[in-house]
Amino acid sequence: MAKRPQIQLRTSPHAHAPDDVVIIMRNVVFALLPIAAWSVWLFGISVLALLATVTLTCLASERLFNWLGDRPGTLGDWSATITGLLLALSLPPGFPLWMGAVAGFIAIALGKALFGGLGMNVLNPALVGRAFVQAAFPVAITTWTPAFFAGRFGEFIPTTLTAPFMSPVPVDQWLQQVAVDAVSGATPLALSKFEGVRPPLQDLFIGTTNGSTGETAGLLILVCGLYLAFRRMLDWRIPVTIMAGVVLTDGAFYLLDPVAYPDPLFMLFSGGLMLGAWFMATDMVGSPVTPWGVVVFGLLIGFLTVIIRLFGGLTEGVMYAILLGNAATPLIEQITQPRVFGQKVGK
Amino acid sequence: MGLLNLFRHPSFSHGIHPAYHKGATEAVPIRRLPFPELLVVPLSQHIGKPAIPVVKKGEEVVRGQPIAEADGFVSVPLHAPATGRVRNIDLMPTARGPKAPAIVLEVFGGSTQGVRWSHPRDPASMSHRELIRAVQDTGLVGLGGAAFPSHVKLSIPDEHTVATLVVNGCECEPYLTCDHRVMLEYTDDLIRGVQFAMQATDSERAIIGVEDNKMDAIAAIQAKLPGDGSIEVKAVETKYPQGSEKMLIKSVLGKEVPSGSIPAQIGVVVNNVGTLAALGRLLPRGEGLIERVITVTGPGVARPGNYLVALGTPIGFLLEQMGCCEGGRNEFVLGGPMMGPAVSSLDTPITKGTSGLLVLDEPELEAQAPPPIWPCIKCARCVDACPMHLNPSQLGLLAAKRTYDLMAERYHLNDCFECGCCSYVCPSNIPLVQYFRIAKAINREQAA
Repeated sequence: MAKRPQIQLRTSPHAHAPDDVVIIMRNVVFALLPIAAWSVWLFGISVLALLATVTLTCLASERLFNWLGDRPGTLGDWSATITGLLLALSLPPGFPLWMGAVAGFIAIALGKALFGGLGMNVLNPALVGRAFVQAAFPVAITTWTPAFFAGRFGEFIPTTLTAPFMSPVPVDQWLQQVAVDAVSGATPLALSKFEGVRPPLQDLFIGTTNGSTGETAGLLILVCGLYLAFRRMLDWRIPVTIMAGVVLTDGAFYLLDPVAYPDPLFMLFSGGLMLGAWFMATDMVGSPVTPWGVVVFGLLIGFLTVIIRLFGGLTEGVMYAILLGNAATPLIEQITQPRVFGQKVGK
Repeated sequence: MGLLNLFRHPSFSHGIHPAYHKGATEAVPIRRLPFPELLVVPLSQHIGKPAIPVVKKGEEVVRGQPIAEADGFVSVPLHAPATGRVRNIDLMPTARGPKAPAIVLEVFGGSTQGVRWSHPRDPASMSHRELIRAVQDTGLVGLGGAAFPSHVKLSIPDEHTVATLVVNGCECEPYLTCDHRVMLEYTDDLIRGVQFAMQATDSERAIIGVEDNKMDAIAAIQAKLPGDGSIEVKAVETKYPQGSEKMLIKSVLGKEVPSGSIPAQIGVVVNNVGTLAALGRLLPRGEGLIERVITVTGPGVARPGNYLVALGTPIGFLLEQMGCCEGGRNEFVLGGPMMGPAVSSLDTPITKGTSGLLVLDEPELEAQAPPPIWPCIKCARCVDACPMHLNPSQLGLLAAKRTYDLMAERYHLNDCFECGCCSYVCPSNIPLVQYFRIAKAINREQAA
């Protein structure tokens, strides 16, 4: 020992697991990228523009609220990027860009910054943004355009470039020009609910049906979700219990009347269920931390989704089911506190 | 998860799998070290009242001679670790932080490793009371780190009966390998110590629990077990904190120690392998505990290994022997990285409860540089890691609000044994266990 060393003093533990918030969030972004890429392939440059607009609005809003709150920038934690991507993936392909920007701003402002930023929000920010535009722009958010239309990489869907604060033009005429097989502008859930028609499952698996940009390819979402689950950056119990809740609830109705009610597999792979179950309900901030709480949370969301889909005025229920699940999370945690080692039950 | 457990050795639920870093020392046989010029023997190296010195300044002592006596039942005597002269009895640095009284011994240049003071006897013929007394006379304490006097642990209160002695050979802390080497090299002492402990506690059987990353130790013990089947060895899953008393009991017996109770409540007493190996060696000879095996390791050490060192050896002397510290920042941890305290002075001595010296050098410290602390994102990793099944996430939020009483009353803060799993896994780098230590200390202060 040539000279006396400088002595560092810290409290134990003097070791740390390799994962941190940034690594986890970055991997969620990585897992969302294939879904985003596939949606661009399905719907063309309109979706690319929408993804970029919404995500950049979210990042800009996050930075704005950092600045207003006189806090260090938080763009580096990637959470605003996730919010932007998820939000864009849950909007219709031809959603006007200016409305997408509104949704992005609302998501960060009302969904996140209002509560105090990362970790403080009660509800999933992306879904707050989507719920807002669902209420504000009911026509635009239910205007669906088909996948694989000709020229999707050369032209925008007419509604995409609607001028700010203007309503989008009707797309019926444009649809007649481009529609591959004259499918009406309805999602599988709407077709099922109002006309009793259900598309073949393979279409639902790969996403060639109408629907929001990123929600239609059920299998792809499953694969991306499993990647995160295997890296332990996503709690697999949440999607599994949501799917169980859906199958149990819908299965009961299906057994009662297989004609009036859709089969559980259709329920699982239609609409936003896969995207919601794997990427939105699993937002760590809004889901319970207790082991049994997670199960209650998932089953509740699955149950609510099916009830809204079958009996509500809307065709899709995943968004509201997850928001209700988020809102119920503090309560669920209260009643599912873990049994402490060495304590008797109920103490 | 449940299915995978079928293929694993038994374990408790939750816990973590940190990087173990045991490769540098696990195959290095135990070696003796020379004496330093000065030994610093703190009067309090154990839980309970400090020992009372029986030597005076300037007095000459021989290696093994008692130099301080126990103050009451929950206390142990001290013995001279080397032949030499008492320089003085003064306040010296300790691992716990504040300076504490210690006997400072000038070691004679000619002092040998031979023990000059002993009272050989036959423990098998002793009564309970005599046996406990003899254990206390050795000055033995829990060598796993707790430093709780062994004779107190082996004195089972009248209202309890103990059926099973669980012997803790887990060594679940990363880096440490001293117990592993003790099991391999001092196997006979260990078996004898287990038998003495069974005699003292009236246990019918003993189970030695060893993590399954030390299968060679399991084989070594198995080969020496007595034929009557009273002692068995069980492999348990390699997982931190397997070596915690309550976790190990759960793993080998499937029983939970009720909150706030001692294992004797459910008929179990737990002792560490290092402690019992020392007991097996010291008790028949009637010697005192004057040296112990420690692991000196870490990225900052040139010659890592397992060493038999005299108690009171300052860590600065060890570092000179091992070759360490090319300038720059270093962190010196006594024990393992999960629970061991870092020390602020190189004059801090090795005491009875020190199981290792871990040196983290500048590159290692840079690699784990103080990271930014993000808000809790409620990822529940701490909830899934806590071996006590607490809710560290909730406790952390309450600690930030300084509602310490609520933490204890509603969220079982006092069941936390500060293993550090929550801080280890937290992706937001929230110092959870550090918060809980403060909360517990403040609650204790307010109760007093």
